[in-house]
Amino acid sequence: MLRGRALRGLIAACALTACRGAEAREQRITLRFWAMGAEGENVQVLVREFEQLHPNVDVRVQQIPWTAAHEKLLTAYVGNVTPDLAQLGNTWVPELQAVSAILPLDQYVAHSQVVKSSRVFPGIWETNIINDTIYAIPWYVDTRVLFYRKDILAAAGYDSMPQTWAGWRDAMLAIQKKAGTRQWAIFLPTNEWMQPVVLGLQNQSPLLRDGGRFGAFEEPAFRGAFEFYIKLFRDGLAPVAGNNDIANPYQEFARGTFAMWITGPWNIGEFRRRLPPEMQSSWATAPLPGPTGASSGVSNAGGSSLVVFKGSAHPKEAWELIEFLSRADIQRRFYHLTGDLPAQIDAWQDTSLVGDPYLAAFYTQLHRVRPTPKVPEWEFLTSKIIEVSERSIRGGLSTDRALTELDAMVIRILEKRRWILSRAAHAPGDTAAAVKLR
Amino acid sequence: MTRTRAQIAAKTPEWRASRAGWLFIAPAIVLIGVFFFLPVGASLLLSITDFDLYAIANPANVRLVGTRNYTELLQNPTFWLALKNTFYFALIGGPLTVATSLGAALLLNAKVVRFKTLFRTIYFLPFVTTLVAVAIVWRYLYHPQYGFLNYALGAVGIHPVDWLGDPRWAMPAIILLAVWKNFGYNMLIFIAGLQAVPEDLYEAAALDGAGAVRQFWHVTLPNLAPTFFFVGVVTMIGYFQLFAEPYVMTTGGPLGATTSLVLFMYEEGFRWWRLGVAASIAFLLFLIILVWTAIQLRLERRLAA
Repeated sequence: MLRGRALRGLIAACALTACRGAEAREQRITLRFWAMGAEGENVQVLVREFEQLHPNVDVRVQQIPWTAAHEKLLTAYVGNVTPDLAQLGNTWVPELQAVSAILPLDQYVAHSQVVKSSRVFPGIWETNIINDTIYAIPWYVDTRVLFYRKDILAAAGYDSMPQTWAGWRDAMLAIQKKAGTRQWAIFLPTNEWMQPVVLGLQNQSPLLRDGGRFGAFEEPAFRGAFEFYIKLFRDGLAPVAGNNDIANPYQEFARGTFAMWITGPWNIGEFRRRLPPEMQSSWATAPLPGPTGASSGVSNAGGSSLVVFKGSAHPKEAWELIEFLSRADIQRRFYHLTGDLPAQIDAWQDTSLVGDPYLAAFYTQLHRVRPTPKVPEWEFLTSKIIEVSERSIRGGLSTDRALTELDAMVIRILEKRRWILSRAAHAPGDTAAAVKLR
Repeated sequence: MTRTRAQIAAKTPEWRASRAGWLFIAPAIVLIGVFFFLPVGASLLLSITDFDLYAIANPANVRLVGTRNYTELLQNPTFWLALKNTFYFALIGGPLTVATSLGAALLLNAKVVRFKTLFRTIYFLPFVTTLVAVAIVWRYLYHPQYGFLNYALGAVGIHPVDWLGDPRWAMPAIILLAVWKNFGYNMLIFIAGLQAVPEDLYEAAALDGAGAVRQFWHVTLPNLAPTFFFVGVVTMIGYFQLFAEPYVMTTGGPLGATTSLVLFMYEEGFRWWRLGVAASIAFLLFLIILVWTAIQLRLERRLAA
């Protein structure tokens, strides 16, 4: 009996491979797919499934370490050895678009049954649109919310996290009043740009103005946010410490060194693993408060997207793989493999996602995310934001001086961009450059 | 006519000799030209442009900017930090490496030492091992909680040090790694130099009543001087180009404490893709090394005289 079944299975397998073999001989296609870090490792399982659905396609996943990915992508582009498709951090899309390395995807999206702008978190979808054209399809998402100690907040007299800046600040002051020495209300790593930028976005700052030609950091919107941010340090509500100064933030969180921490979804797993068991019921997550209440409490639109390179000989198959990875059921499985939050809203209809109390804050927050400026220089600009805010926090540089200096640096950095935009405007014949950057 | 012929006749052997000379050095000149002068010229040219990401998209986006890259560099605090770190590394790490090499060479050259070849091989091994592999092991050694180094220090009652996470300790940690990694090569050269010192000089010194220390100062060191200067110059040139150690161990952190000039150049060039700026850093580094080597050579000539 067993032998009979095995034999039949063998015959069936032979028949399958034979027919596949014949087809393959006609047109066997290899897709080269670059994916980063843990995603690159875990996506292999899903890719094998895609290959079964598309017998003529071989997908070769190349795993690239995050730290080297940015250099590798640009070097590959210069050397003309780009893969067919790749995972990109959302903030890298403008850069690869500026060198016109990646394919506009409007045509594909228009005819797709799976990838639809309405089924992705709107702020996330928006990050990949440059000049009204979509260049990348969100794969998984990432944003920052507030992780906090429920017990410390309750001891300060609050049942839940306030939703306005004023209420939030009052709560921090109340916590600080009860705090011991070397204990603070909130941990804002001084060497991160995310916190001041997110506060700026909340306060309706465009960050850059005139189509990304100048910085808008001295304008009232960003100034208000920056002053709010710096004052948290000046009033002793946040320790003057960067990520390197705190060896084990989980231990410090458990000790009550800080009661709040603005951080991302990867830390849900870390908190569960690293906080002691008795601490597990006393932490929670909440969407970020905003200057005027919940609806203004936006956060960053992070995560990774998938792009097709212009150099690809098989854009159609590459797109089919993107569609496959965008399917709600596949995105759910990807979440179980990696813990990365699905970009497809439908994929969230799953008990492990909806039923997770810590993820609820992320689900709410993801409906309120806003992209950072989509200029290729953005990554470089963030290093300057860190520079001035660290000098303001540690060196006592006044917020006025800090923002004036920041705008001055930004003006210099964006000089090339302004030159290219103005040249494109004056030479209508040179539309390629104009279209690329406007 | 006859005069010209006479002239040719007179010149020919000389010309032939010089032609032969030119032919002999031609391969070297071509190689140096293609692999040295051409790239140096190209990078000098690159350093007066604003070649960047936009230029990769379209070569028409390159502009000549004259000395702007240089003047902006001199106003950039990161450049000065990188310069300071590079000098810190080279001026502390260089002499330390040379001294360690000399020490090891003297030990291995001593008559009482057995298994010389074995030790020589062991000491030389770090030099031929891949740095990236070595770095992984050293990262474990330097680990603040589980690292062997802190364990050993703890045994003698010294508090654990966050070797790679503390801005004050990160550079010493990199120097320690570099010394360990590089001393083997210099050691071999020193051993060769030591073996060339004539034995009768020591005998004569011993007869005159010189002890081991005086023999070292008055026989060994003067005879080693040429080796010494060679090792010194090569080590310093190498150390000014510090890159791989901080790149794999700390990526320039913490707080930029291990950002070297070459690492800074790499970041500008391949992270931010500002190749014009990166080329001007390369050129400044080239000048620094040139000046430093000239100083060392002049020092050698003066000491030799």
